[in-house]
Amino acid sequence: MKRVAPVLVVVGCILALWYVMAVVMNTQWERDQAGRAGVSVGWAQIVPATMRQERPVLPAPHQVVAELWQLTWVEETEGRRGLVNSGSLSNRGLLIHAWVTVSATMLGFAMGAGFGIFLAVGIVYNRAMDASVMPWAIASQTIPIVAIAPMIIVVLNSVGVAGLLPKAIIAAYLSFFPVVVGMVKGLRSPDAMQLDLLRTYNASAGQGLWKLRFPASMPYFFASLKVGIAASLVGTIVAELPLGGAGLGTRLLAGSYYGQTIQIWATLIVAAILAAGLVGAVGFVQVRVLGRMGMRA
Amino acid sequence: MSVDAVIEAKGVGLTFQTSDGPVRALTEVDLRVEKGDFVSFIGPSGCGKTTFLRCLAALETPTAGSLTVNGMSAEAARQARAYGYVFQAAGLYPWRTIGGNIRLPLEIMGFSKAEQAERVERVLELVDLKGFGRKYPWQLSGGMQQRASIARALAFDADILLMDEPFGALDEIVRDHLNEQLLALWARTQKTICFVTHSIPEAVYLSTKIVVMSPRPGRIADVIESPLPRTRPLDIRDSPEFIAVAHRVRDGLRAGHSYDD
Repeated sequence: MKRVAPVLVVVGCILALWYVMAVVMNTQWERDQAGRAGVSVGWAQIVPATMRQERPVLPAPHQVVAELWQLTWVEETEGRRGLVNSGSLSNRGLLIHAWVTVSATMLGFAMGAGFGIFLAVGIVYNRAMDASVMPWAIASQTIPIVAIAPMIIVVLNSVGVAGLLPKAIIAAYLSFFPVVVGMVKGLRSPDAMQLDLLRTYNASAGQGLWKLRFPASMPYFFASLKVGIAASLVGTIVAELPLGGAGLGTRLLAGSYYGQTIQIWATLIVAAILAAGLVGAVGFVQVRVLGRMGMRA
Repeated sequence: MSVDAVIEAKGVGLTFQTSDGPVRALTEVDLRVEKGDFVSFIGPSGCGKTTFLRCLAALETPTAGSLTVNGMSAEAARQARAYGYVFQAAGLYPWRTIGGNIRLPLEIMGFSKAEQAERVERVLELVDLKGFGRKYPWQLSGGMQQRASIARALAFDADILLMDEPFGALDEIVRDHLNEQLLALWARTQKTICFVTHSIPEAVYLSTKIVVMSPRPGRIADVIESPLPRTRPLDIRDSPEFIAVAHRVRDGLRAGHSYDD
């Protein structure tokens, strides 16, 4: 309870603020409607009305929750194309989109993390890579992802690569960077004395990497993985924007075409839940791994 | 060169090239260490005692003179794993248990699993840490950690033990205790020990040979062969012989003008 209470207080504050903002932002539309109809309305009519608009500027939290419920549980259990009636996830619901996005995110994250570790080891062990790689890695991150993602997807599509992989590549593009930065720092974290110690054993470079540098880098590694997996999710969603088919990004764009603000918000909430879940999963592994290494994470 | 010379230095010098110009860390160091000797290097900071120890370990390369360890170059001796090195800090890997830390050099040197386990047990007993093999470093006191690092240096049975102020960070009571244990260990293992310190009583209590060094540039001011017997109870430090040797060490340090500036 001691740990839950502060979280609940913060959530409560956010909800209260959200409701207030919903009223403020949706009032104008109600006034315009009333003006057109030639009736005068007071706050007693306006405030409840702002809570149940069909296309509000800012949907109220309960509208978003209801939409979320409708597009997940209700759609899958009662919908004609839902899980219960058709045996597969409904393409009208959010779960299939969430799944598509998560699988691209995971694939991209694995690629990005692997590439990041590879670059970091290269930077630490190879003088030429040390001098040359980092500026390019930084430059790669200064290019707006929204600008480069459609181009990468178009190019890959033209050579016949479609589906999960192009999205995963965008995700990897964003997630390798924090891993490189964290791992370079981590692999270099052993002090001179610990490196000298290995020299006195006449240890090989590979032994130094496996027995000293990798274990020493673990706390840095997990910190960078947490940043990396969140970046990976953002990358996937951005990559999905220009694509048809399934995915939260596609869904967001469709929502904005048709002014479905409630649907956009519901999708955003799903994305946020996914991000929290992914970062939480990395944290779970982190606690286990560092715990087994005798460290208190 | 006699067969018994474990370390032989002739005119060893080391000049570091820094951005402020060359710094002479060591000049004209002549020294001969025989098998089974316990040699202490004492002197103020900057006298090159640690630098000389690092030259012996081939962690630094002398720029002048000749240096042999076990009859070969220091670099060849390092590659032959001729010595165990104990640093100022224990430097145990926090992610390995005490046993795992001691196993580290054994893993690197390719000992079999059974032999690793057997050696870990043996050296843990040697440094009086039996039963602590499964503990993590943070669960041990500073003195115990330093003993574990000595065990790590002993595990692969090198004939030479190089120790760089291993007890410098410990309080005097722990230090006395560890000095006593180190002498017992030296008696049991017959190793040649080179020991850097800046404590006069520690140097006199432990050594068969005391090398007094002075700074700017680092050089040997005096080499004292200790007249004390090899078996030394702690209260030998109140004997007239002990005090006489300590006095000579102090004179040597003063003669090196080490405290003038």
